[in-house]
Amino acid sequence: MSGNSAVGEAAVLAGCTAYFGYPITPQNELTEHMAKRIVEVPGGVFIQSESEIAAINMVLGASAAGARAMTSSSGPGISLKQEGISYLAADELPAVIVNMMRGGPGMGNISPAQSDYLQATRGGGHGDYRTIVLAPASVQEAADLVYVAFDLADTYRNPVVILGDGMLGQMMEPVTFTTAAPRKEYPKEYVLSGASGRPSRMIRSLLFDTKEEEEHNWKLFRKYQLMEHNEVRYETFLLDDADMAVLAYGIAARIAKGAIKRLRQEGLKVGLIRPITLWPFPMKIIQETAKQLGDFFVFEMSTGQMIEDVKLALEGKGHIHFYGRPGGVIPTPVELSRIIARHCYQSQRSKKR
Amino acid sequence: MKTVYCRPKCMKEAHFHYCPGCGHGVITRLIAEVVDEMELRDKTICVAPAGCGMLLYNYFDIDTIESAHGRGAAVATGIKRVRPENLVFSYQGDGDLAAIGTAEGFHAANRGELISVIFVNNGVYGMTGGQMAPTTMLEQVTTTSPAGRDSVLQGHPVKICEVYATLDGTSYLERVAVNKPAAIIKTKKAIAKAFRHQQQKTGFSLVEILSPCPTNWKMSPLDSCRWVDDVMTKVFPLGLIKETKKC
Ligand SMILES: Cc1ncc(C[n+]2csc(CCOP(=O)(O)OP(=O)(O)O)c2C)c(N)n1
Repeated sequence: MSGNSAVGEAAVLAGCTAYFGYPITPQNELTEHMAKRIVEVPGGVFIQSESEIAAINMVLGASAAGARAMTSSSGPGISLKQEGISYLAADELPAVIVNMMRGGPGMGNISPAQSDYLQATRGGGHGDYRTIVLAPASVQEAADLVYVAFDLADTYRNPVVILGDGMLGQMMEPVTFTTAAPRKEYPKEYVLSGASGRPSRMIRSLLFDTKEEEEHNWKLFRKYQLMEHNEVRYETFLLDDADMAVLAYGIAARIAKGAIKRLRQEGLKVGLIRPITLWPFPMKIIQETAKQLGDFFVFEMSTGQMIEDVKLALEGKGHIHFYGRPGGVIPTPVELSRIIARHCYQSQRSKKR
Repeated sequence: MKTVYCRPKCMKEAHFHYCPGCGHGVITRLIAEVVDEMELRDKTICVAPAGCGMLLYNYFDIDTIESAHGRGAAVATGIKRVRPENLVFSYQGDGDLAAIGTAEGFHAANRGELISVIFVNNGVYGMTGGQMAPTTMLEQVTTTSPAGRDSVLQGHPVKICEVYATLDGTSYLERVAVNKPAAIIKTKKAIAKAFRHQQQKTGFSLVEILSPCPTNWKMSPLDSCRWVDDVMTKVFPLGLIKETKKC
């Protein structure tokens, strides 16, 4: 199954009953899967909206009405959704937004890239907010993280972004759908259903009173702190005896793993830290690793965005190497292994000196 | 003693923030009266706009959500599709529906979404201080058309009802006003009719209400009411624009 279809199928199995989307490559298979599949579910809603702006606002309405709601897009469409994502965060409404990234800026192209890291991890829209960002590295993990995404969205009542790329979306891999553990019941005291037998409810983000708005901001901030405390996810690979740690996420991490296996055969002790949550970012494991080794190699399919978080984590410690391929170019594991090897040898030499 | 006038049950005890002579207050109250009379409070969900109507949730004692500027019809669509048993209406100004939210309104109408839009046409952007709207009259002076609206540079007033009438998804479109008692009674009937169309699932319903804005028109409330008749209705003729089925 393609990553796009797998994400759609997992969403349906996770109880998503409302999907709104607008066509854009490389994520169309997801919208197309939902067009067929979600309407088979009782109460399932599918709309091909007139724009990404409309789609995210339909998500907002569906979420306020109590549904597990999702939308998906890529680069240019995700930019259009940012206003709505800001409102979802401000209104404390759960939703899942999938971004299968492509080369940018502007129209860019439709090839896989990691160009939207900063947009996704810094909120993306206006105002002081954050979204949880999950970065799967395989079709199986993409499907698994969809359940996680919906649960996190409901737990924190906050939008959650699944950040993949065109390769993850379009590649075919075997996938098994864990029949998700029985869904937790989440309190739904915010849902609009008509004020029957209860006081009326309002969902709003307009707070003219600066004191009230400030308090709302701090309330959201405390929620984000909880996420930072509880929701960091990452994977390490051959890190224990490593002299150099590669940092990469998503498909780039998959390429890096291939490269690292080759490097190990050459006798170079290279390991991997793969952030699964890009926000909250796995700061601690990087800081702990910095006690063991000094060389960090950041690999991204961009000119360097996650590297900013790595720098923040290291606080000036260690030496950061970087290799980036923006624009939809995907280096092979062999290519990457050669570059990492060169950096390894260089740093071994400079250490000897 | 017989009560002939009181606060509608589905209104909170709050003071309107609307300016003196503004039509929004009348329209807000009319909606509440209709919701009461049709006994819809328990099932109604209101979508408030960015615009002078944005504080509706302070007045309505019904479930209400704020939408981003212009996105009301999309938000209402999301709600209604998930909760088809509820009555869902979106309250929008002319900047909201006829400028920034053109696509959302047009396509909700074209899909025949079973929602109602209460469209307040006051010919200006009230909330932000009286800038030109898509519905501003030709030659009308606003803060961003200081020489008067010029069709060559700024286009012509947009007639939402007539545009929507061409869409097969729409089932009820009527233009009314709130500048005098008889007109207000008609407006109330039109709102009720829009809600009935929604209940009977005939299609998308919209009531366009010509509404005075004395503050930004820089006129007295009385002159504003006259101006609705003398100037606005010449471009925006009142009456039923489309009804596919009697409701
Ligand atoms: C994206 C965005 N752009 C601009 C604004 C500022 N804004 C708030 S209300 C409004 C215009 C309201 O005018 P209208 O819809 O005609 O309603 P009225 O206030 O006249 O009732 C504008 C431009 C905003 N809130 N959001």
